[in-house]
Amino acid sequence: MATFNFQLGELPPEAEKVREEIRDFLARTLGGTSATKRALSWGGFDREFSRRLGEAGFIGMTWPKKYGGHERSALERYVVLEESLAAGAPTSAHWVADRQSGPLLLRFGTEEQRQRFLPKIAKGELAFAIGMSEPDSGSDLASIRTRAERVEGGYRVNGTKIWTSNAHISDYAIALFRTKVVPDKKHEGLSQFLVDLKSEGIGIRPIIDLAGGHHFNEVHFQNAFVPDDMLVGKDGDGWTQVTTELAFERSGPERYLSSIRLIIELIREVGAEPGERAAVVIGRLTAHLATLRQMSLSIAMMLQAGQNPNLEAAVVKDVGTSFEQEIPEVVHALLGVEPRLGSGKEFERVFGYLVEHAPSFSLRGGTREILRGIIARGLGLR
Amino acid sequence: MNDTRTLLADTCARLFTDQVPPALIESAEKGTWPAALWQMLEENGLTLPQISESRGGAGGAWGDAHVVLAACGRFAVPLPVAETMIGAWLLSESGLNVPLGPLTVAPVRPAEKLALARDGGSWRLSGTATRVPWGASAGHVVVLAEGDGKPMVALAQGGIAKAEPDVNLAQEPRDTLEWTGAPVLAAADAGAGLPTGALMLAGAMARSTQMAGGLEFLLSQSVKYVTERVQFGRPLASFQAIQHQLALLAGHTAAAGMAAQRAFAAMDEGDAGFEIAVAKIRTGEASGLGAGIAHQCHGAIGFTYEHTLHFVTRRLWSWRAEFGAEAYWAASLGREVAARGADALWPYLTSR
Repeated sequence: MATFNFQLGELPPEAEKVREEIRDFLARTLGGTSATKRALSWGGFDREFSRRLGEAGFIGMTWPKKYGGHERSALERYVVLEESLAAGAPTSAHWVADRQSGPLLLRFGTEEQRQRFLPKIAKGELAFAIGMSEPDSGSDLASIRTRAERVEGGYRVNGTKIWTSNAHISDYAIALFRTKVVPDKKHEGLSQFLVDLKSEGIGIRPIIDLAGGHHFNEVHFQNAFVPDDMLVGKDGDGWTQVTTELAFERSGPERYLSSIRLIIELIREVGAEPGERAAVVIGRLTAHLATLRQMSLSIAMMLQAGQNPNLEAAVVKDVGTSFEQEIPEVVHALLGVEPRLGSGKEFERVFGYLVEHAPSFSLRGGTREILRGIIARGLGLR
Repeated sequence: MNDTRTLLADTCARLFTDQVPPALIESAEKGTWPAALWQMLEENGLTLPQISESRGGAGGAWGDAHVVLAACGRFAVPLPVAETMIGAWLLSESGLNVPLGPLTVAPVRPAEKLALARDGGSWRLSGTATRVPWGASAGHVVVLAEGDGKPMVALAQGGIAKAEPDVNLAQEPRDTLEWTGAPVLAAADAGAGLPTGALMLAGAMARSTQMAGGLEFLLSQSVKYVTERVQFGRPLASFQAIQHQLALLAGHTAAAGMAAQRAFAAMDEGDAGFEIAVAKIRTGEASGLGAGIAHQCHGAIGFTYEHTLHFVTRRLWSWRAEFGAEAYWAASLGREVAARGADALWPYLTSR
């Protein structure tokens, strides 16, 4: 049986110094933002906010200076992430690019791609979407069918991507396509591409979510041309690359902090001297939150030490998303207030937002079932 | 974990694998004191790891105690190791000598109080403490009591209280002790280094790590069992329903381990009230869930006395209620968090 490697660690002084800086920045920038807006967490899309965050040096923090980065440690970056989430900053316009598209290009991209994209990402000027799932390929990602066929100077793409968050307001997507059909070997013949979402032959159709929001899209490729210089890494190496990308996607504090605004507002709602039941609920939520933070920090420290904590990241995402998903249920059981949308008290609207969005927490970035499969493999069960 | 602690963990694992077979736990459950095992632990410096050498300890820190207690939980060691560590800590922090042999502590329930009254140059102890671990059999009882309106620590000879023996679910002794003006061997003002509520805090911390160790056993034992047991022509481990249950157990085990580890580290840093409450809540919750999953994966065989799974699950069910259950610590932590105010939650978390 593999053992999990969660070790305690302390953030170095320079990371705590960054905490003061980012707190100061967020206090100045977010000022009187309402609790309802803050509840959107990393779902809030605000290009102006991202531009200012980039200007202040808080995007692409660990990247080399020659690509517009700041050569800070993974732990300093971690502090910026957790503070942004705790404050409910609208980070969506840079989140994906900072978390996974940029690091992917740093790792597998060409020198030309790095120079072309990374500095703009670090400035908070480029929003990225993720083109992985397809109508017939959700958790079974390796079964994707969207074809990129070799043509003069590049590739001709046909097929459909789905659940592509923010494709309609992003600049680029990093998408996984099939460049070669290898019978009975679905993990082979896959490749990753940078896709300019404004290109000809790309149609973006909105998918409205159950809360009435527009984040998801269906992205149709009809003979869309992707030039050679937009291939990421090697033709055929897509599967290895995409699993690396998914590890970036699973390791962060966004996997347990999505509902923190509801805990904060719950504390406000019950007041400084809560009754016994409310106190027990708040104490218990605090205990889970504090423990998840230690686990999440432990992953950041492993990343900083150059280790590969994929298994631990799956554990934290599984435990973390179950926790953030449970919070609206706990609030319902304690107070029984009605979840509201446009009307009602601020607390009821924060609650309403999280009730409706909670189902997505254990779907995005790999479903609970996929993660438990990864953990089971780590335990030696499969 | 540093090298010394890895070594300590290896020592404990080796010793307990050899010296704590099911037969020993069974005989302890019938009331036999495992004297040879105790002596071995004492000789190896495992009963007082965090007590200074000048007071007869191994001169380590609470972080070392954590390693020993996690192993005690993992192997269901039927001895008052945690109680001895805590009793010795109360004594030595208050400038009193630590006697040899097993110690226990009282009171162990949040609402119970004991009193010391002056009698010339010495002190007399009065009051009733329930559910005292090994209360009737430990060589000495270390009490935290009120004397002259201040918290005091006193050392009472074992066997002098009126005792009413009882046990917890795991048949570990949990006795009621009653003192009526009983003489004590030594008494002093509770040391300045002891936090308010030191006994409950240290007890909750110790049980947290014992539970975290117990959960590790449940996980490894369950993985082993489902890998070996074949049904429908294939090992249980190959069924997705089983895999997902054990993945869930692994998550709770990891969380419990992290919470307990953090509490001991905070204790070494000096102020651990928050971290201990967190640890007792988190490990207690994980214990209930973990025991349920482990039993489900073991099927009927795990429900028999013959199988060893219950040595740990019965302890978990009792330990989570001892030194304050989750609800006790959650109410206390919740009141503190609420009093600080909603916007202080995150700054408070990150300051710990």
